[in-house]
Amino acid sequence: MIEFTDVTKKYGENIGLEHANIKIKDGDFVFLVGPSGAGKSTFIKLILREIKADSGTIFIDGMEVTKMSNRMVPQLRRTCGMVFQDFRLLPKKTVFENVAFAMEIVKFSQRTIRRQVPHILSMVGISSKADKYPHELSAGEQQRVAIARAVINNPKVLIADEPTGNLDPDTAWEIMKLLEQINRRGTTIVMVTHAKDIVDRMNKRVVTIEKGHIVGDVREGAYINENY
Amino acid sequence: MRTIKYAFKQAFTQVFRNRTMSIASIFSITAMLLILGLFFILAVNVGLATENAKNKFDTLQIYLLDTTSEESAQEMIQSLSTVDGVSEAWYFSKESAMEEFRVRWGDQAYLLDTLAKNPLPNSIKVTLSDLSKADAVIEVAKAFPGVEDVPNSQDFIDQILKITNGIQTGAMAVIVFLVIVSVVVVSNTIKLTVLAREREISIMKYVGATNWFIRGPFLVEGMLIGCFSALAAVGLVMAVYAKIVELFGQQALLLLSTSLVPANFLTTHLTGVFLPLGISIGALGSIISMRRFLDT
Repeated sequence: MIEFTDVTKKYGENIGLEHANIKIKDGDFVFLVGPSGAGKSTFIKLILREIKADSGTIFIDGMEVTKMSNRMVPQLRRTCGMVFQDFRLLPKKTVFENVAFAMEIVKFSQRTIRRQVPHILSMVGISSKADKYPHELSAGEQQRVAIARAVINNPKVLIADEPTGNLDPDTAWEIMKLLEQINRRGTTIVMVTHAKDIVDRMNKRVVTIEKGHIVGDVREGAYINENY
Repeated sequence: MRTIKYAFKQAFTQVFRNRTMSIASIFSITAMLLILGLFFILAVNVGLATENAKNKFDTLQIYLLDTTSEESAQEMIQSLSTVDGVSEAWYFSKESAMEEFRVRWGDQAYLLDTLAKNPLPNSIKVTLSDLSKADAVIEVAKAFPGVEDVPNSQDFIDQILKITNGIQTGAMAVIVFLVIVSVVVVSNTIKLTVLAREREISIMKYVGATNWFIRGPFLVEGMLIGCFSALAAVGLVMAVYAKIVELFGQQALLLLSTSLVPANFLTTHLTGVFLPLGISIGALGSIISMRRFLDT
C-alpha cells in the first residue's frame, strides 16, 4: 500500500508536487503519466526517500516515510524494487552476478543465492544468458536482467521509471507482458511512462500529474492528453 | 560477519586494481609520517632532556674556598639541614668531583690526566625538597664564611623550560598539520575509487544496502593504505634515527649531559603511535570522501 496524504515538495520556488493525495492498493498496476518536469520523478523520489517531503504524510507498506530515520531507509528500499530506462547493470559482472549482487547486499547466503538466481532468471526468460556480460545482450535482454534484479528479493512494490524508453515497440511489449506477469504474482507496480500506445493497450489505472498536481486518476484508463 | 568478509575482499581488490593511486598515496602518507616521526622523536628527546635538567637542578652545589677545612664544612652542613626546603646536604670533595668527570667523559677521560693539579673546588651538595625555595637556601648558604660561590640556576631552568616548551608546541603544531594533510591525501585517493564505482553504489542504495555496508570496503581500503604507510614510515624513521644515535649519541651525551632515547625502545612506541594514527587517517579520509555519496 502506497498512500500520499496532502504531500507537498518544493525546490525553492519551483513546485515538485503540491497537495498530492493518492492511494495505491497492494497488487495495483499504476501508470504514472504527465509531461516532463510535471512531478513524476519527485513522486518516485519521495517514495524511495531520496528526498524528503516538505509537508504531508507518505506511507509505504505500513512505514511512515515522512517520519523515518535515515537508518530505516535501506529497509524501505528493500520493499521497493527499481527498474530504470537505462537498465543500470554493472558492466563488469555477468548476468548471474548482477542479479546475485542484489541478494548479497541483503546478506543472503551463497547457497540461497545459487538456488534463487537461476529460478528468477528462468522466470524472466534469460536462463541461457546467465554467464554473459551485459554488453553481450540486446537491450530487451538487459532490461529483463534489471527486472530480475529488482524482484529477486521479493519487493512489495516494483517501481519502473520509463522501462521501455530505450526499447523498440515489440521488445517493449514483451517487457510489459513480463511486468504484468510479475503484477499477477501480487507485486504492486508503479510505472512512469510516456508511451501512449502501451498505456492505452494495457488498460490499467492511470494517474496523470501536471505541474505538480495530480490532475487525473482513472481506473482502467487511457492516456488522456495527446500532447504529452 | 559476512559483511566484514565482503568488505575486506572488496578492499584488497580495489587497492590492487588502483595500485598506481594506492602506491602514490602510500608514498605521500609515508612521507608525512616520516617527517611527523622525526618531530615526534625530537619532542620525546627534548622532553627527556628537560626532565633530566629539572632533576639535576634540584641539587644546589655550594663551592667552598680551598682554605675552608672539612670540619667547618661539616658545621655548615649541620646548620643547612635545618633550613626550610632542604632535604639533604652532604660533603663533596674535589677528588669525588674529578672522579665524576672521568666517568662522564668515558673514553676521553685521558684528557684529564694532563692536568697538573685538580682545579675543581671542594663543595657541599644540597638536594632541595622544594625547587621554589632555592633562592632562600642560596641566601643562607652565601652568608657562611668560607663559601666561594653558589651558582643560582633558577633563571637558567626557566630559560630551558621556555625553550623546550616552545620546541614541543612547535612540534605538536607541525604534527597536527601533517595529520590533516594526510587525511586529505587519503580522502582524494578513496574518492577516485568511489567515483569509479559510483554506479555500483547507486545500485546498492536502490537495492537497500545499509550505509555501513556500502562504506565498509572503502573504509577498509583507507585503513589498509594507512596501515602500509605507517609500517613503512616506522621502518624509515627508525633507520634514520638509528643512524643519528650512532653518529651523534656520544656528542649529545657530552654537550647536553643527557643521552638520546635509544632507538629500539622508540621503535615499539613509534609503532604503537603510528599504526593507530595511520589507520585512523585512512579511515577518516575514506569516511570524508564517502559523505557525498551516502546522504540518504
